[in-house]
Amino acid sequence: MVPLSYYLLLSGILFACGVTGFLIKRNIITIFMSIELMLNGVNLSFVAFAAHWHSLAGQVFVFFVMVVAAAEAAVGLAIIIAVYRTRETLNVDQVNLLKL
Amino acid sequence: MNVHLILFLAFGAVALAGAINLLAQTHPINSALSLIAVMAALAGEYLLLGAEFVAAVQVIVYAGAIMVLFVFTIMLLNAGVEERTKGSRVAVLFGIPGILLGSILVAWVVLRHSGTEAVAAGALPGSPQTIGPLLFHEFLLPFEITSILILIAIMGAVVLASKPPSAPRKVS
Repeated sequence: MVPLSYYLLLSGILFACGVTGFLIKRNIITIFMSIELMLNGVNLSFVAFAAHWHSLAGQVFVFFVMVVAAAEAAVGLAIIIAVYRTRETLNVDQVNLLKL
Repeated sequence: MNVHLILFLAFGAVALAGAINLLAQTHPINSALSLIAVMAALAGEYLLLGAEFVAAVQVIVYAGAIMVLFVFTIMLLNAGVEERTKGSRVAVLFGIPGILLGSILVAWVVLRHSGTEAVAAGALPGSPQTIGPLLFHEFLLPFEITSILILIAIMGAVVLASKPPSAPRKVS
């Protein structure tokens, strides 16, 4: 028997790692992977709550999160390829044409 | 210490190590491999919670399909070692207080649920037999909407990643 709080703690730490990576990483692909890490952290708390409340709806929602993650990965990586074609760089600090 | 807790701690340690390694590595391919380790460890956690179908889909879709897409893009763009530039001031200004706030929030939740309610191993068997009816009856509308979302994403990816026409097309 594992307390629910342990699962929530692990989920929160994974989410915090994702946020940290999003903020400190400069490579656009690594930033994208940090977003996937955040989604995974949320999925873990979905499944833990599903087991805690004895409701399978939480597990079904994990599938929807996965579908959204897959769509996001496909479109996002296509955008990354398009950015690389026009700017010849993956560093987000050098993609700054919109800056004043 | 029972077996369930030991397994939870083992998988959790692997997931945490992978997440921290993702932050520490400078080459994107190393970060991608550590993210795969995190996802595999999370699949183990799902198995502990009884969500066997979710665990299988996690390995097949997340650690398989999505990460292959990432690795393929890294190879395609020949992404090298990350160039460390001076960290943005906004990240230091908002990131560190944000992380502190988040940890305080998580600690509050943990203290509030101080280990009285426990989740039994395999408390809720999430086999395909039980998930299928739920997915195709109660959540039928969201399920159909996600298929439209996937269709739009496919078209968007094809349009965005296709090569722009090098020369303007001749008007016939």
